[in-house]
Amino acid sequence: MTNTDIRPGGGPTGTEQIGPPTNRFTAMLSHVLADLGKNGIFIALVVVIALFGVLTGGILLRPQNISNLIVQNGYILVLAIGMVLVIVAGHIDLSVGSVAAFVGAISGVFAVRLGMEWWIAILLSLLVGAIVGAWQGFWIAYVGIPAFIVTLAGMLIFRGAALIVLGSSNIGSFPDAYRALGNGFIELAPIGKGANTFDLVTLAAGALAIIGLVVQQLRTRVGRQKYGQDVEPLGFFIGKLVLVSAGIAFLAYSLAGAKGIPVTLIILGVLVLIYTTVANRTVFGRHVFAIGGNRHAAELSGIKTRSVDFWLFVNMGVLAAIAGVIFTARLNIAGPQAGEGFELEAISAAFIGGAAVQGGVGTISGAIIGGFIIGVLNNGMSILGIGSDWQQAVKGLVLLLAVAFDVFNKRRSGGR
Amino acid sequence: MTSNILEMRDITKEFPGVKALQNVNLNVARGEVHAICGENGAGKSTLMKVLSGVYPHGTYTGDIVFEGETLALSSIRDSEAKGIVIIHQELALSPYLSIAENIFLNNEIKGAFGLIDWAKTNREAQALLARVGLREKATTKIMDIGVGKQQLVEIAKALSKEVKLLILDEPTAALNDEDSDHLLELIMSLKAEGMTSIIISHKLNEIKKISDSVTVIRDGKTIETMDRDSITEDRIIKDMVGRDLEHRYPDHTPNLGEEILRVEDWTAYHPQDTTRVVVDNVNLNVRRGEIVGIAGLMGAGRTEFAMSLFGRSYGAKVSGRVFKEGKEIRMRNVTEAIDNGLAYVTEDRKNYGLNLIEDIKRNISMASLKKLETAGLINDGEEFKVANEYRKSMNIKAPNVLAKTGKLSGGNQQKVVLSKWIYSDPDVLILDEPTRGIDVGAKYEIYTIINKLAAEGKGIIVISSELPELLGICDRIYALSEGRITGEVPIEEASPEVLIKYMTMESPR
Repeated sequence: MTNTDIRPGGGPTGTEQIGPPTNRFTAMLSHVLADLGKNGIFIALVVVIALFGVLTGGILLRPQNISNLIVQNGYILVLAIGMVLVIVAGHIDLSVGSVAAFVGAISGVFAVRLGMEWWIAILLSLLVGAIVGAWQGFWIAYVGIPAFIVTLAGMLIFRGAALIVLGSSNIGSFPDAYRALGNGFIELAPIGKGANTFDLVTLAAGALAIIGLVVQQLRTRVGRQKYGQDVEPLGFFIGKLVLVSAGIAFLAYSLAGAKGIPVTLIILGVLVLIYTTVANRTVFGRHVFAIGGNRHAAELSGIKTRSVDFWLFVNMGVLAAIAGVIFTARLNIAGPQAGEGFELEAISAAFIGGAAVQGGVGTISGAIIGGFIIGVLNNGMSILGIGSDWQQAVKGLVLLLAVAFDVFNKRRSGGR
Repeated sequence: MTSNILEMRDITKEFPGVKALQNVNLNVARGEVHAICGENGAGKSTLMKVLSGVYPHGTYTGDIVFEGETLALSSIRDSEAKGIVIIHQELALSPYLSIAENIFLNNEIKGAFGLIDWAKTNREAQALLARVGLREKATTKIMDIGVGKQQLVEIAKALSKEVKLLILDEPTAALNDEDSDHLLELIMSLKAEGMTSIIISHKLNEIKKISDSVTVIRDGKTIETMDRDSITEDRIIKDMVGRDLEHRYPDHTPNLGEEILRVEDWTAYHPQDTTRVVVDNVNLNVRRGEIVGIAGLMGAGRTEFAMSLFGRSYGAKVSGRVFKEGKEIRMRNVTEAIDNGLAYVTEDRKNYGLNLIEDIKRNISMASLKKLETAGLINDGEEFKVANEYRKSMNIKAPNVLAKTGKLSGGNQQKVVLSKWIYSDPDVLILDEPTRGIDVGAKYEIYTIINKLAAEGKGIIVISSELPELLGICDRIYALSEGRITGEVPIEEASPEVLIKYMTMESPR
């Protein structure tokens, strides 16, 4: 019996008032703790970078290695963007690695065997990705088969399809413009000579990124203040901005000293901007979060949950296709082994980045940072000459600890 | 008083801020069928939970004396060991296991090496089924038999535990007439074998038919216990509802306008058991500015009616016509229902109403995101402003609209849900148990909001299990029984007695 109506008369209206913090110190403390929860993943990335920076005697942070880090992980990060949305809606996609391989093979047929224009080949490949996604979305959304099963089947189906398309041979080599997606760099105004070349455009892009970040953060802060929302203490705000700006500056400096801006980074940057906006500012994105948070409530609020599920997987198919194309371009070959294990890295990235297993929670930026953590671990351990046996084990442990930290953190703050 | 198998003396059970039971006394004689009556929320279930050890000894005050022994139960296992078995309204059977497996669940018959002796299990289960008059094989899976038969399996399970006192919580609520009759006969035949039973029921005619005595509970107190000769339906009803209704509801002077919604011949079947009618030819209407109540007992089909109407969110083979302002409308899904100006506030806030891990702001905007969209993007600032306005006007007690709804109290959560639907700007609001689990002060606020919405010319349908609530706020009340409208009562003629009569009326089939 939960009714409380048997108490006659008024009585206080029971609320859990979260009163304003009592003094400056507790205010600061609560911000530090809340921030640890929110930005814990960012701090973890910094720690991992610092750790391997020291362990590798600085090799990790050399310009060329930084550049490699981005190019080597680009396709995983593209997958992680789609994966985090799928996970937020309460699903999973195990097929992305196979789909990437399949689309890579198809694009090889288009661009090499049939000799199509590179951009037509890529557009058609993305279309194939969308069709693959629609196929899986159909079974998940409209037939009601759990995504785990549908994409497990997809993992086998599209791995097989890739092998069928390729026959017994690999496809290569690709046109230069196609290859640039995975291997290209933009270096427009290099100064200096030899090992001391610096690209001014890369530096300028870094400066622009910092300015953009500062302006955007300031606008958000001022906007919040205008509506009377809580904002973090000013010192904190500035400290965080300086830290992130320094990171960007270091990245730009490294890239300028290497080969310039990787094309993969540009693709990734554009995708991150688009999908962050989609997740936070569009009706579709909100529906994804609403479905993940409470599917019944979403349905009863008029959200067409099936349609959202369907398009979510179409989207994942397209992103898997992009990842497939970038990977193929990087290797300059479409092979049957491509994309093996990508799904697990993408899923790990999303979870390390704070996505909740039950759905409803997750961010694009978190998934990207999660992906970088895995990337730095891979890269750092490789430099140290640690075998893939230990690499696997360490990555597994990191995933477990990251999610455990998240669960612990939620319990502490009294969430569900 | 050695003839009493059970005496519960001065039982008092408190929850934070609420006295659910106050000095309740219950004496059950050996070998009788004892009925317990009371409105939803009167304390019947709490009393049974005390008796069966769900609320362990020490969390309540008073004594339970069973067969002359004072009990200090700490779990359901304890009470079952003493021979007290409760069968809950929601049956606790595992659908994919066989009847025999369910009967001996957690009480398995073991043979050599501690392995389950299936031959003996099935043999004994079959014997128990014969005893309860269920002609099914013991190896049949639970999912393959109907609710009526499942109820019998529950009783067979109880019998397997050498039960001395059998407690049945609303045993016939989900059953059809034939199954109900069979069940009542079974209870009588068990009585002939010397079994003592306690039956919680809303169905007064049933009570009159089978019980030897009736105890009525209201507001957590025993009102009286009647013996067989003095049981009348009128007396039970009077005992059940006699409470003060004053000053718990804000004044409401209806300003009725045109008819805004009319439902004709609305029928829906159970989604799994598609031969069972759940909503049966319902006809009703609402006028602008009117607050219409739907009264009905648990299982009468109130929520099922509302949800099937609201974009067919419930049921199979839904049929019937809906007219809004005289024009027929079609609502094949929730989006169409919302587009047609309907809103439905669910009875189950936490599971169907809110996204508890999300903040107040995003919950309020959930059903109306299109309104906030400019050039494909949601206007964050506007969303914040809107949510903040509702926080103030609805008096949602939270530091700001970024507070997670999972952390709010029931009353404040309900205000968030109401805000969500008011923001969708409906013409007709269906409120299903709008004050369930909400304290008195917040209830008053919710009633005030309902009045205000009616005054703005919206049509309101309120579904409630609490008759005083319906009598306190409605202009007209429909009574629903077994999926049918059995009565329509203007507020001037409405009284708990009249409503309960209609609500317990069995429709001719």
